[in-house]
Formats: sequence, C-alpha cells, structure tokens
Amino acid sequence: MIKVQGLTKRYARTVAVDDISFEVEKGQIVGFLGPNGAGKTTTMRVLTCFLPPTAGTANICGFDVLENPMEVKKRIGYLPETPPLYPEMEVNEYLTFVGQIKGIPGADIDKRVAEVIGRCALGDVRAKLIGKLSKGFRQRVGIAQAIIHNPDVLILDEPTSGLDPKQIIEIRELLKALAGEHTIILSTHILSEVEQSCERVIIISQGKLVAQDSVVNLTNRLRGAEAVSLEVEATEGKPDPTEVQGRLEQVAGVSRVMMKDSKGGRLTFEVESLQGRHIRADLARSVVNSGWNLSELRAVGLSLEDIFLQLTTAEPKQEGGQK
Amino acid sequence: MRNIFLICKKELKSYFASPIAYAVMALFALIFGWLFSGYTHYFAQRGMEAMMQQQPVNVNESIIRPMLGFASTIALFLIPMITMRLFAEEKKSGTIELLMTSPIRDIEIILGKWLGSLLLYICVLLMSALNVALLFAWGKPDLKPVLVAYLGLILQGGCLLAIGTLISTMTKNQIIAGGVTFFVCLLLWMLSIATAFDTSVTAQVLNYCSIVTHIENFNKGVLDSKDVIFYLSMIFLALFLTSRSMESLRWRS
Ligand SMILES: Nc1ncnc2c1ncn2[C@@H]1O[C@H](COP(=O)(O)OP(=O)(O)O)[C@@H](O)[C@H]1O
Ligand SMILES: [Mg+2]
Repeated sequence: MIKVQGLTKRYARTVAVDDISFEVEKGQIVGFLGPNGAGKTTTMRVLTCFLPPTAGTANICGFDVLENPMEVKKRIGYLPETPPLYPEMEVNEYLTFVGQIKGIPGADIDKRVAEVIGRCALGDVRAKLIGKLSKGFRQRVGIAQAIIHNPDVLILDEPTSGLDPKQIIEIRELLKALAGEHTIILSTHILSEVEQSCERVIIISQGKLVAQDSVVNLTNRLRGAEAVSLEVEATEGKPDPTEVQGRLEQVAGVSRVMMKDSKGGRLTFEVESLQGRHIRADLARSVVNSGWNLSELRAVGLSLEDIFLQLTTAEPKQEGGQK
Repeated sequence: MRNIFLICKKELKSYFASPIAYAVMALFALIFGWLFSGYTHYFAQRGMEAMMQQQPVNVNESIIRPMLGFASTIALFLIPMITMRLFAEEKKSGTIELLMTSPIRDIEIILGKWLGSLLLYICVLLMSALNVALLFAWGKPDLKPVLVAYLGLILQGGCLLAIGTLISTMTKNQIIAGGVTFFVCLLLWMLSIATAFDTSVTAQVLNYCSIVTHIENFNKGVLDSKDVIFYLSMIFLALFLTSRSMESLRWRS
C-alpha cells in the first residue's frame, strides 16, 4: 500500500530525512515515532505530495508521488500538524468545501458530510463557526476532513498533541474505529501513544530510521530481550540463506531471525532472543560448528534504548514548553 | 473548471465573512458620491455659463470621464487590500497544505483566487456605477464610452490584482504582502507620470510598460486592441509567475 525507498529530503542546510525505507501493508495502523525534529512531519509531507523528495521514491497505492501526484492525492487523507481549518466557515460548509475539492461528485456530497459528521461526533457543532470551536472539536473536524473522501490511506501528523487527556482518549477511540477501513500512519513523539493505538511502529531519529517492528516485539525488546546482528560467511562459496536461518532459529532462546542483507558471500541477520535470555555465545558456537565463518557479532538493542530514553525523557518537557 | 469555481466561491465567501469587504465598499461609495456631487455641481455651473455662451456641454466629458479616471487612481490603494491575504493567510494558517495536497492543480487554485479578487473589485466598482446610473436616469450620456471605461478599469484591476496575487505567494505576512503590492502599484503609477513627457526611447518603453498608461485610451472611450492585448498578456504573465512561485514554494520550503 505504501512503499518508501531511500527517501531523502534536504532543506537548505539540514538533512531532515536521510535515506529512509519502509513499507506499510493494507489495513495496518502504523505509528511513526521519534523525538521532535526527527523528520516525521517532513516524511509525511513527502508522502502527501506537499513536498517533493530530494532523493528516493515514495509509492502510494501503486502511484509515485513525483510522477503521479494527482492519483496519490485522491487516495490520501491528511491531517497536518495544525488542522487546516478556515475559522470563518461553519463546520458543515467547511466539510462540504473539502469534499468538493477532494473530487466527491456533487450528488454524494451531502451524504458523505452527514456520514463523517456522525463518525466524528460533530452533530452538535455542525452549524457553528470553526473559529469558535474548542481545540478537541477542531481536531475532530480535522480528522473529519481527512476521511471525507473515504481515502485508502490516512496520514495523521500528531493527531493527539495539545489535547487534554479526555480528548486524547476520544481521538484514540475514533482512530481505532477507523483502523478497519483505512491504512493509517500516525506520527507521535510519545511512546505510550504508539503502544495504545498502533500495530506496528517505525522509529526515526535525526532523519534516520532506527527500527521498525511490531509493537509487541518492540516492547519485548524493551523488557530486556536481546537483539543481535551477525554476519555469516562461508569458508568457500556462498552459504545457503535458508539453511543458515534454520540453524539460527534452532539455537535455544531465539525468538526471531530476520535476514537483513546479502552482499557477495556474506549474509547479515538480525536475531532476537526471548525475554531475559543471553544468546550471543550460543549463536556464535552454532555458526562455527556448522562450518561457517562468523565475521561480525554485535548487539543492536542499545541504540533503540537510547532513543526510547530520549523519547520518554523529552516528553514532559516538550508538552510543557511548546505552545 | 469546477475547481476554479470552488476556490473562487470560497474566496468570495471569506471576503464577505469579514467586515473589510463591506467597509471598503462603503468607503468607496462615499468617495464616489462625494466626487459625483462635486463634478455635477461644477457641471451645472459650467452648463449655465456654456448655455449663455452657446457652447455645447457633454455629460460624458465633464462628469463620467474625470470620475472614472479618479477611480483608476483609487484602485492603486484598493488592490493591495484585496490581494494581500490571498496566499499569505493560507500559508500562515497552514490551510495551504489542505489545498496543495488535494487533487486540484496549482493553476486552478491561482485562477480561483484571482477570479475571486477580481469579482470583489468589480463589486467595489459597482459602487460608482450607482452614481453613473443616476446620470442615465436624468440625462442622455453616451453609453458606449462608459462601458469602454469600465472595461479598462476591470482590465487594469485584473492586471494589478494578478501582480498582488503573485506577491502574496511570496510571504506569510499579510502586511508585508499588502505593503509590497502597494509599493509596486505606486511605482507603476509614478512611472507613467515621470515618463509621460519624456521622448527618449527608454522613457517611452517604460511608459509603454506602465500598467497605468494604457487606461487612458479606455477612459476616453477609445477601445484599442493593442491596450486590451497588453493587459491580457500582463495578466497572463503575472499569473504564470505566480504558478512558478507556488512551484518553488514546494521545492524551497
Ligand atoms: N521548512 C523548513 N526549512 C528548513 N528546515 C526545516 C523545515 N521544516 C523542517 N525543517 C527541519 O527539518 C528537521 C525535521 O523537521 P520535522 O520534519 O518537522 O520533524 P518532526 O515533525 O519529527 O518534529 C528539523 O531539524 C527542522 O528544523
Ligand atoms: Mg512534526
């Protein structure tokens, strides 16, 4: 559904997004996690065709953002960091306008507007000026405009930032209800947000992709499981990837083996342990006993923990300091 | 086409949602009313003298033409007020992200906004038409030169509005957009005055380029295709540059 390869975005001086690649399957709800300034907004702006990438490609529903922006835009609903609202319009009028410019045929507009007003619980304020609404309602109008044309992909930039706890819960409920029908990417700088609402998480920091995994696996890692990257070489010729993978999976305490790379005769794997198990020594023994060379073995969990540390400590400061 | 119309409608609505549109229209109704009463009074006096001296007098010549001539000067002040918000406001509030990520083309956004501003400008001009209509009710002025003069005002307005639209894409700040637009309009206006009596080639070229110079024929009731083409190509040029500016907004920001 969404396929991003080698995406890079450079502003005049800063590299905001640096060689990011990821894929999102249909119907998934994916969290885009990273501290402020990580490049979340920039990535989303490239995906929505607001900014062109400096290098790399982004493909949405089979359409490239540079080659076919019109088709991409038809299939995307986007809620920017600040909801794009016209304060002088009434909610009804605004949603009708957005529906029209998103290309909904005139005959269906009223029906669609009524539908999203229902979904986002905007019935009571439908005839109010947007400028007079509270922050929580504005956010909901923002989500309503993103789903009005029933897009395949929903891109939401920090949908809960600046809301009070009750409003946050309401928005989360709304997102959960939407998850079935749309592929959703939402960004946040708050770890617990991802745990609450997402199935998968993509972590970026300083423009670089740090990790992407299911939320379950990530929480496992956090709770003391070990992640190891290892490089295997054959003494002669090329080792058989499936064979190596099979051997690694048999090592006691291993929960998951992922092949990362194969260059020449060299294979790179990332192996995760079950909680609280130390697998490095066993892995090394298993590789060597099978007659392969072990050219590298290192723990990869650390950088992730660093990021989490950054995320969890940065959170209260940003919440208070911003806006 | 539908998209241009949608954007245009949205612009007009937001003009009339704020008191500014009404305030500007009221102000202009007042100015024109005052000018009108001044000119008619003068005309009535002159008419008496002329009758005594048995010279012909003409309503077109002595009321409508100077009044509409003045309207073209007032446009210089009016245009920046109309165009300053067009893009600057959307950039500031972030709604530009909605427009630019919707399946509509940049040029449709631009044309919609420009058309909206032109319609508001025409509404303001209609304030002067009230006075002119009075003359038609009580006298027999020539209709054709009046229509030509209005066409000239609309073309000149369209041209300056396009320039204002262009400038509005360059900043987030409405005041700066308005200020720069006013300055550019003023410059064009002064250019035509400064070069009017200079016969050197550069002065003539500058004079030709001045947007204000071409209004004179219209105001005399002379419809010259050269002037029409000049205005249309200036509008085209400014709107084309606006689309380039929007494009660079994407690449730069
Ligand atoms: N329009 C811009 N011009 C220049 N630099 C920018 C611009 N927008 C963002 N940046 C920079 O790019 C980096 C990533 O920003 P952003 O994508 O907004 O991060 P996030 O949304 O994760 O907080 C930051 O260092 C920021 O300063
Ligand atoms: Mg951001």
